[in-house]
Amino acid sequence: MPPLINPITLFFASIFTSNILLTNFLGMCSFISISKDWKSSFGLGMAVTVVLTITAAVSWLVLRFVLVPFGMEYLSFIIFIIVIAAVVQILEMVIDRASPALYLSLGIFLPLITVNCAILGAILFMQIRSYNFIQAITFGAGSGLGWWLAIMLLAAIRERTEKNPVPAGLKGPGITMITIGFMAMAFIGFSGMIAVQ
Amino acid sequence: MNPIILGPLVTAGIAASLALLISLIDRVVNDYGEVSIDINGGKRMYKVRGGSALLGTLAAEGIFVPSACGGRGSCGACKVRVLSDVGPHLPTEIPYLTPQEIEQNVRLSCQIKLKKDIQLEMPEELFSVKKFKSTVTSMKDLTYDIKEVLFRLDEPKDIDFIAGQYVQIVVPPYGSVKESVQRAYSMSSRPLDKNHVELLVRLVPGGIATTFVHQQLKEGGKVELVGAFGDFRVRDTPAAMVCVAGGSGMAPFKSMFYDMRENNSFPEKEIWYFFGARTTKDMFYLDELRQLQKEWSRFHFIPALSEPKPEENWKGETGLITDVLEKYIKEKIGKDEGLEGYLCGSPGMINACINVMTRNGMEESKVYYDKFA
Repeated sequence: MPPLINPITLFFASIFTSNILLTNFLGMCSFISISKDWKSSFGLGMAVTVVLTITAAVSWLVLRFVLVPFGMEYLSFIIFIIVIAAVVQILEMVIDRASPALYLSLGIFLPLITVNCAILGAILFMQIRSYNFIQAITFGAGSGLGWWLAIMLLAAIRERTEKNPVPAGLKGPGITMITIGFMAMAFIGFSGMIAVQ
Repeated sequence: MNPIILGPLVTAGIAASLALLISLIDRVVNDYGEVSIDINGGKRMYKVRGGSALLGTLAAEGIFVPSACGGRGSCGACKVRVLSDVGPHLPTEIPYLTPQEIEQNVRLSCQIKLKKDIQLEMPEELFSVKKFKSTVTSMKDLTYDIKEVLFRLDEPKDIDFIAGQYVQIVVPPYGSVKESVQRAYSMSSRPLDKNHVELLVRLVPGGIATTFVHQQLKEGGKVELVGAFGDFRVRDTPAAMVCVAGGSGMAPFKSMFYDMRENNSFPEKEIWYFFGARTTKDMFYLDELRQLQKEWSRFHFIPALSEPKPEENWKGETGLITDVLEKYIKEKIGKDEGLEGYLCGSPGMINACINVMTRNGMEESKVYYDKFA
């Protein structure tokens, strides 16, 4: 029985109250490694948003019209990874042709998204929570924007802490982990306000 | 249906349809149509299908830009200068380029994708580098340790080269030599005879390629040659040429002189050719070159023996070639148009000649030689 949550509510819920990064801690590797500067974070966040929206839609269709009829839901991990890889590949080709400048600025980030666990995670949530097609798309887009928001916030904070007197032992990853902890606490404060399933 | 069969089938089916989708989109999106490649300001024009890396596209047109890694961007050898706009340097290119090269828009041809018409600049000799299948048609003993070997080119049949350039013999594994190696030899044939390559090979004790040529290779034998390479060539100036050679260093000069004679090229150049050997046993082409000197007034041939035996009845110059060279530069060679040095021989001989030449007022930057050893 699919939940009767309004897609618009779901969209905002997945950005703020159920942020995939700060409440589920998915996509942490690139979150920490890329957030050193603001520009790369913006590019990567946007790429995640686009890929997540498209893969959510495609994966929903594959799930509904292939896996469920064949009773093959247990294959979803493999299938979703294949779908993500294919979508990233197609997107890369299209961007390369349509906007070489964007392609250059995304650079290595686009292929990296294939192994970004936030994407597979969001799609698996979509499957577990049995969203319908509209919900799947809004959830995908919302999760992507939530990921973008989180990495932008962290990048902004890190650019400031860079110049602050941080104890030597905490420089770099140390202070970043503490920062993420505070951010997560702030975001978890919203959790439960809106039920996403 | 059995899930053991169905599972893989469903997975494979989805993967295959996505792969099909990707290749369809690739067809549409990466169809850059026909693009033109313009090399060295219109000297060479190609119409090719766009969408692939420049390196592979050029190779398909028969232009072999050197590449050690085969296009993975890990050797940095495939540099070409791009004159048209192909976007900023990629992070994969920058580690292999000097700031100067970046400023000149030198690119790694394996990293740039051909999307629109492009203008390139690259050294001319790259166009003529090919791999030739050849057959040995004659082998002559010039001295007890130097052979004159003539190769007929079978596939491709023609070589374009400039007198003074060299080819590499691909030596197949033989005897205790387990790996194929390549060794460079200056061509002694005339560039006009495009179907043949002639090399002078001196037997070096223990040398892989020279032993192969002297002992394994027979008339009718098949060998691969790669070339032509090198920028040892006659400079287009009025300066007189002071050429010094020893042993098989004769090869590039033989090619140069007969080529200049045939085409009457560089007509204002005087040519002085010093050839050094120990005894008459080491001397060759003596009659041919003396004949050439008689017929060609600006060519002066000075053979010299360092250890002539009394019974040889030697009438030419005697002494070390460097001493003979110094005497001639001081006393006989006209310097009105300036002098250029051309050297081919052992590293010891080359260094000694450079010393003599610079000591006598020649600029080191105008002394040319191939560093083979």
